[in-house]
Amino acid sequence: MVTDTLTNVTPATAVKQDQVLLSIQNLRVWFELRRWGFGHAGYVRAVDGVSFDIHCGEAIAIVGESGCGKSSLMKTILAINIPTEGSLTFDGKKLSDMGRAGTRWYRSQVGYIQQDPYGALPPFMSIQRILEEPLIIGGVKNKDQRIARILKVMSEVKMHPPEDFLNKFPHMLSGGQQQRVVIARSMLLEPKLIVADEPVSMLDASVRVEILKLLRGLQEQHDLSFIYITHDLSTVRYFSRRIFVMYAGRLVEKARVDDLIRNPCHPYTLALLAASSDPDANNALRFREVPPGEPPSLVTPPPGCRFHPRCSQAIAGKCDKQDPPDFEVEPDHFVSCWLFE
Amino acid sequence: MAQDKLLRVEELLLHFRTQMGAVQAVDGVSFDLDYGRSMVILGESGCGKTSMAKAILRLLPRNVSSYTGHIYLEGNELMHLNDEEYRQNIRWAAMSLVPQAAMNSLNPVLKVGDQVAEPAMVHLGVRKDEAMAQARRMFQHVGVPADFLNRYAFELSGGMRQRVAIAMALVTSPRLIVLDEPTSALDVLTQANIFNVLKRLKKELEASFILITHDIATSSELADDVAVMYAGHIVEISDAFRFFESPLHPYSKKLMASVPRLRGDKEPDFIIGQPPSLLDPPKGCRFADRCPSRFEKCGQEPPTVDKEGRKVKCWLYV
Repeated sequence: MVTDTLTNVTPATAVKQDQVLLSIQNLRVWFELRRWGFGHAGYVRAVDGVSFDIHCGEAIAIVGESGCGKSSLMKTILAINIPTEGSLTFDGKKLSDMGRAGTRWYRSQVGYIQQDPYGALPPFMSIQRILEEPLIIGGVKNKDQRIARILKVMSEVKMHPPEDFLNKFPHMLSGGQQQRVVIARSMLLEPKLIVADEPVSMLDASVRVEILKLLRGLQEQHDLSFIYITHDLSTVRYFSRRIFVMYAGRLVEKARVDDLIRNPCHPYTLALLAASSDPDANNALRFREVPPGEPPSLVTPPPGCRFHPRCSQAIAGKCDKQDPPDFEVEPDHFVSCWLFE
Repeated sequence: MAQDKLLRVEELLLHFRTQMGAVQAVDGVSFDLDYGRSMVILGESGCGKTSMAKAILRLLPRNVSSYTGHIYLEGNELMHLNDEEYRQNIRWAAMSLVPQAAMNSLNPVLKVGDQVAEPAMVHLGVRKDEAMAQARRMFQHVGVPADFLNRYAFELSGGMRQRVAIAMALVTSPRLIVLDEPTSALDVLTQANIFNVLKRLKKELEASFILITHDIATSSELADDVAVMYAGHIVEISDAFRFFESPLHPYSKKLMASVPRLRGDKEPDFIIGQPPSLLDPPKGCRFADRCPSRFEKCGQEPPTVDKEGRKVKCWLYV
């Protein structure tokens, strides 16, 4: 059966691979700060000029620290936040022109996997009700149809046998099983794109890899586009093809994962790579180099390159004045840093 | 006895009473820790590692059904002390704890300086100004600017709050500091920073650490020794060099193989199945159900074998 789907899917993928599914152009998401509830007091520039394309069936990863704007970017992609500026184009249609019905359709096309599975599942609902709800909202009127779809998706996320889980409540499941329910829920409406926000960070090491492999299997099998948001660089390479590094509301480096690990360019990427450890007893013998300071406030970000106050290679008079554009250091590898001009 | 060891734990047992029966969270754990060394306790959630920290520091909830064994700190048996003696002379004075999610455990309505100074006043009986001076010194050690003493917790970033929590554990100059998941909620760069701080403290203050974590990759940042816990038992104790090179116990091997690595091409693997319930753990080896190399002997309780200075609780090495 696996070979069947493979032969069916591969030619279609080859054609679709070049087709852009989601295109984000110069996206800005600013949140207004108000003084005493009214009166303007500035903006939080959570996402400030982000552009990228995702092709059909492509998995990408966005890596960044907390507070860099990756969740705001994700919520904008999920049509929860409204972009201040710039555009999102999904399957050739602009999100801002879609209207109510269009947005509802768009939301059915984009699945969401939350970070904390326990927090994402309502504790008073059985698994069946949790999984039925998106289908009811999605307009599947027939109960038998809904149950059939639920059982199919549950066996796809390898919850065997699915019937045993339907009447359980989230607290009766282990962390890994809860995360499988969350994944199943995101797949129910057959989305084209799935946004996963740190899907494995709450799980134990031994379960983590199992869930990552499950996600990769689903992605390949259904030819899904995937946005994997994480702060853990070491899991990225098992999952996605391209990686975007985000810092203070901007994408500072975009590259294929292998290229990024082989040839990291942006000083921030270098710092991230230097700070992530592999298990090795020699780690205890040396100090790690960490750039001084902390990420800037997004209300008053520094002028020019936002990393320059922490960067050891900053060029005075340039990095602190002008915004660096994207430079292409090798094919498909973009760095937003003046060092590569 | 055992004067040369800072801490010696023998057959420590901590069971909790619940409606379903006794939860055998810590079930006969023994290890020792030398002066100036740090031990990492590795294990998945629910394996009893936090309960063990609580058992060592005697921070017990009300539903304890049995709490036995021996804990020797610098040769003195701690289990004979009553709770008040323990509170006055041991907890925080000799051993302190950085609790899990410590950065959220700071009091929001007290200035962090006062909070850090408080253990010194309570446990060492020093005056407020002396305690504040000590807090200031500790802030320096952990790399927090001294003017942060007058700030409130919400004014600090996560990394800074974590440092404050560590300073609070250090302020009484204890012999042993137990860190429970000190960096699990922090970003990569902050994590590296905190470990730099801990490494420096270990050198400067000659402190000993017990680091409890499930994150194998970052645990290697501070490990002299590694103990692996599984379902209430310690299944392996080894020095870090040999452990990270080649773990002995099948569970440790599987656990190491499950770590995604940034460098190198090895595909990570996962462990099939789930850890057993601690309400009614299986007889014999508790890992047997998930173990790839199990054989008929595994139905019986495995002994702890000494293999070239490493301890492993597995029939394979008998």
